[in-house]
Amino acid sequence: MVEKILTESKVNIYVMGKEYEVPSNLTIMKAMEYIGYRFVRGAGCRGGFCGACATVYRMKDEYRLRMALACQETVQNGMYLAQIPFTPANKAMYDVDKLEPSGNTLLIHYPEIARCLCCNTCTKACPQELEVMNIVQAALRGDFEEVAQLSFDCISCGLCAMRCPAEIVPYNVALLGRRVYGKYIMPKSREIEKAVKETKRGRYNGELKNLAEMGLDELKKMYEEREID
Amino acid sequence: MEFVSGYPDYMLESTDQVERTRDRRLDESIELMSLEERDEVLRRYHPDYKESGKRALRLGPNKGDSVPHEIADLIETHPLINPAEIDLIHLDFDLDILIIGGGGAGMTAALWANYSGVKPEDILIIQKLRMGDSNSVMSQGGIQIADKPYDSPVIHYLDALGGGHFTSNPELVRTLVLDAPTILRWHEKLGVEYDKEPNGDMITLPCGGSSKKRLHSARDYTGMEIIRNIKDEVINEELPFIEFTSAVELIMDDSDRVAGAVLYNMETQQYYVARAKATILATGGFGRLHIQGFQTTNHYGATADGIVLAYRVGARLRDMDSVQYHPTGAAYPEQIVGLLVTEKVRNLGAQPVNRYGEQFVNPLEPRDVEASAIIRECYEKGGGIETPTGMIGVWLDTPMIEIIRGEGTIEKSLPAMFRQNRRFGIDMRKSPILVFPTLHFQNGGVEMINDRTETTVKGLFAAGEVTGGTHGKNRLMGNSILDYSVYGRRAGIHAAEYTKKISVGRLTLNHVERYEAMLREAHVETDMRSPILLPEYRGERALSHSLDIL
Repeated sequence: MVEKILTESKVNIYVMGKEYEVPSNLTIMKAMEYIGYRFVRGAGCRGGFCGACATVYRMKDEYRLRMALACQETVQNGMYLAQIPFTPANKAMYDVDKLEPSGNTLLIHYPEIARCLCCNTCTKACPQELEVMNIVQAALRGDFEEVAQLSFDCISCGLCAMRCPAEIVPYNVALLGRRVYGKYIMPKSREIEKAVKETKRGRYNGELKNLAEMGLDELKKMYEEREID
Repeated sequence: MEFVSGYPDYMLESTDQVERTRDRRLDESIELMSLEERDEVLRRYHPDYKESGKRALRLGPNKGDSVPHEIADLIETHPLINPAEIDLIHLDFDLDILIIGGGGAGMTAALWANYSGVKPEDILIIQKLRMGDSNSVMSQGGIQIADKPYDSPVIHYLDALGGGHFTSNPELVRTLVLDAPTILRWHEKLGVEYDKEPNGDMITLPCGGSSKKRLHSARDYTGMEIIRNIKDEVINEELPFIEFTSAVELIMDDSDRVAGAVLYNMETQQYYVARAKATILATGGFGRLHIQGFQTTNHYGATADGIVLAYRVGARLRDMDSVQYHPTGAAYPEQIVGLLVTEKVRNLGAQPVNRYGEQFVNPLEPRDVEASAIIRECYEKGGGIETPTGMIGVWLDTPMIEIIRGEGTIEKSLPAMFRQNRRFGIDMRKSPILVFPTLHFQNGGVEMINDRTETTVKGLFAAGEVTGGTHGKNRLMGNSILDYSVYGRRAGIHAAEYTKKISVGRLTLNHVERYEAMLREAHVETDMRSPILLPEYRGERALSHSLDIL
């Protein structure tokens, strides 16, 4: 089942300037492997969750630079492409227990967000189609909820940071924003506190011991007869 | 064939039928199978029961055990290194704890070793890809934790034990369910944004094989949300790690304890020697071996390296005959075939239906049962639909989610799934999506002999997907994040404890030579070497014309 059934129709792509003919139904990642590339960098989850395969490309005869995840984008005829193997990004260091959910926390850790030019290049670069500039602006205002909501689907591929003329690293700013929001602003669950206490004081130990000592037939019967919501 | 955006016409005829039966199906439910019925469908249709897919191991502590050919091929294979070429005298790293693998289990172990008093400079995580690149980051659906008033760890225990067909190590299941609330509280304190009610309590969903609503999620990016938080912690705590470096052989000392590893920088191709008082194996699973030719949901590095390394030092494995096929992998379009369609899609109300729009299985059976029923529908009952590239699948009727839970639910609760389909012209709010089982999880692994995460070899701890025992022969949804969290944490704590008691003796690679002798005795003839580190996906023409010159 793993053998690719390759389509008959082919397209021409240019990997770092070299032209290759590849089946038209492959992703950029699979097309590069088809050609003979074996990734060490530039491939991760292969499912659109990890951001390892950030790719930039330009279509033949077009001025615009486009961004994609190599594992999530189908090849097109005339694609000139290169991968970004690593993003040299600034990440602030902090003790999350000593952070404060106050308006200027993000600005203190990432003062460069004040340099945002509102050019929206980061938004155009995002392969997840997030409103990156709005995230940076919300960070500037200290609006943690907005940062958290808008940036939740960020996969930290690094493309916004590579494009930002103000040298901001939006994905790390957003990470800090979400952590503050998750830790200090979202209400804590009382049910969890209770569950931790009850397991610690051994409330379930007796019942679990009984189950562990039970014969297999009896255990199976109990399993089959358990109440299903 | 041209690339089609959305579905080709003949598939649209079938989606029309799905649409026509939808209203009726909203009130129609198929009963869960009895234990006997489960047994029957598993025996006849689950790939694990296909004897031709397996063979008995010819050597080592599990000699005689039946395992998939793909695993036997890696075990009955020569080591990558020649011990004579490795200088064990000059150490590159001298550590308390070496952690092999930088996914969920490895990073959690590092953090808890540090919390337990091991200094950052005495810890090293080595990671074959980037930190966090792992199956952990891809787990979408969520984590099972019994924290609700209507639930209890006792019920979670029974669900997990029964879901694993009573083949797990009960001690490991017990600790799994009892430590669960502690993990959730830790995540909450780190800032992990679980889906919550306005009062802060967790929103929970039902999950396949479990009797209560116990699934905690962060949209459908649960794994990613957890991993980015703990990775940030690893960086903030300045715990050392090296990326694009793998372990190619464990090192032992003269008292037969594991005492570190030979590491290999995959970019500069040089080796390093790391001596460690304790070694934690957190290398993840084996999806990229494509057992029985199945597509996989797994990340690029899931190549069973840990199994190979552990077996060479004589660690016992268990349940290696058992593979989890996730019932719903993407079957269309070709670009995403095999990728995960999270179980959360069914938890939210989508039913699997055949080409005629009829249900054939309850949406929430344990995974192996659900997968077997889909295989039966496709390959025996003729209810599947064939894609232009020859995949056969059944529909997962996603528009039901919006009907049952309100418009906007899919974008809000399944943003990753929604985005992935939209990229290929499919709007899952309006059309069903095509699915077929896909290789998802290594149920067994290196045997964890107790809840201190010890293996049968001293000095070698293990946590996460690489281990065997916790899930027996079938893992329930939501128990893998829990597994790597509970046992990652425990590996860190217990390895830290262990390092206080021991000092490492003279380093040796004699076990590698002994392994070669075992291969000769077992008459194994092969040119293959392992661990393989990365899968081979280069095109046929490229490979057949490749020269080893540079």
